[in-house]
Amino acid sequence: MKPSLPQVARIVQIVDESPRVRTLVFDLSMAADPGQFVMAWLPGVDEKPFSLMRAQPVTLTIARVGPFSSAVHRLGVGDRLWLRGPLGQPFILPPIEAGQPPAGGTNGEALLLVAGGCGVAPLHFLAERARAQGWEVWVVIGAQTAADVILANRFAALGAQVRIATEDGSRGEQGLATDAAERLLHSTRFRMVYACGPEPMLEAVEGLAQRYRLPAQLSYERYMRCGFGVCGSCSRDGWLVCRDGPVRQVEIQREER
Amino acid sequence: MTLADLGVSLCGIHLPNPLILASGILGTEAKLMARVARAGAGAVTAKSCSLLPRRGHPNPTVLAWEHGLINAVGLANPGVEAEVKELRQARALLQPLGTALIASIFADTVEHFAQVAALVIEAGPDLLEVNISCPNVHDEFGTPFAADRGAAAEVTAAVKEAAAGRVPVLIKLSPNVSDIAAIARAVEAAEADGISAINTVTGMVIDLHARRPILANRSGGLSGPAIHPLAVRCVYDIYEAVRLPIVGIGGVSSGRDAIEMIMAGATAVGIGSAVYEEGPEVFGRILREMADLMAELGYERVEQMRGVAHW
Repeated sequence: MKPSLPQVARIVQIVDESPRVRTLVFDLSMAADPGQFVMAWLPGVDEKPFSLMRAQPVTLTIARVGPFSSAVHRLGVGDRLWLRGPLGQPFILPPIEAGQPPAGGTNGEALLLVAGGCGVAPLHFLAERARAQGWEVWVVIGAQTAADVILANRFAALGAQVRIATEDGSRGEQGLATDAAERLLHSTRFRMVYACGPEPMLEAVEGLAQRYRLPAQLSYERYMRCGFGVCGSCSRDGWLVCRDGPVRQVEIQREER
Repeated sequence: MTLADLGVSLCGIHLPNPLILASGILGTEAKLMARVARAGAGAVTAKSCSLLPRRGHPNPTVLAWEHGLINAVGLANPGVEAEVKELRQARALLQPLGTALIASIFADTVEHFAQVAALVIEAGPDLLEVNISCPNVHDEFGTPFAADRGAAAEVTAAVKEAAAGRVPVLIKLSPNVSDIAAIARAVEAAEADGISAINTVTGMVIDLHARRPILANRSGGLSGPAIHPLAVRCVYDIYEAVRLPIVGIGGVSSGRDAIEMIMAGATAVGIGSAVYEEGPEVFGRILREMADLMAELGYERVEQMRGVAHW
């Protein structure tokens, strides 16, 4: 891994996903995998990590939560942002066992993606890759209210099965993403569980994966400085979110005899 | 087998090998320091702490450029109270591994240096490093203590008094001075137990499209391969000037670089930016390279190489 200085990128398209989330498409492409991230710099404002929603062209889905993201939301088409990356370890798709998948069809195995908040962005990138390899993809999108549900149509357009869970029940199933995920785990056979979202959700997904004897890949978020494993700002008990992660691989734990 | 021969004594503290995790790299958390120790470091230095918590500078704060890193983190730290807890935990994790723990402190005044020193010693570190040379807080603190013989000596004397013989004190010097040997002589006269050299070299990287420095602090500290020969020269000059043990730091990323530092006069060798390409595992690689090179050069112990470049 050889990190680099920020590269200038111009916004070529902006899509409003919800009142507080927008997707920015840049005139820059990167050789990157789903789950990897970039450090986005706005001179004079700040620099923050964002998971790639797509790498070719680079696409970021950004919620307005603080001064930096608010400044990014004020940018228009033609404005610039500086990006360094890709950084971090990606999600990994399971090896395909039954040879090449039929074009456009499925390879007979399913992946479960659980997304909370802006965690949908890297999982959309993953779903795109997974569908191209013929995986059957189920995605659970969790949000507080109907207005916070984003990218659902895009997942559907990829041919993924979409379940929506809102905490207030204003769209889809009422409850947490993990509740909806558990119902799917109960009825469908999956090969792997992927999740990105708030840490309590990741913890719950890890528990579910263990219970259903599935390996999981969880993507974490932390305040970062260097983004490449030197400064120690994002350490999670000695595990560096920026370099060892942001995706953490969780194997199936052996049952106690 | 070969690794056992790499042990050194630094200010009377035994290190299983001469490689020390330099301050500011991965020293933020006990478990992270333990991970670096397991990867092979002979000692680990915690991130510098101050009396009160500091947020540090806004991002961008750390960048990789063609020949190394540049940073202006601005001494972000949780404050000495939280640091003591972290250091205690680190000590417990490091002790079974035989890895030494070095606490690092900085302050804005001589009195505060003494206060932080007295507090941090409670955590029981094996050595105490005094950072009088951070180049990135100039706006706030003015010229670093390391830039002035009198100021460097005053801090040294105050910290030595606070340490009261309970822990050896290393003073970390800055290369951003005209005569580093003169500063070294001043801290030796003030009874420092050892010298760490060097801290980062002031520098700047400008983005052509943004037409401004990339670091929020504008200037920052250079580290990595770009500064290695500069650091070797500083260690060489300090070794000529004083009798104190030296921790040679600056762009060491191979066994060859480490031995070069030792031949210049270093007792132990700091490793920092080299972590960025390989992660903590860089320590294991450098140790293996050192052992191979020592065999090739006909050395059995590290101390046989110390200062041999002086003739």
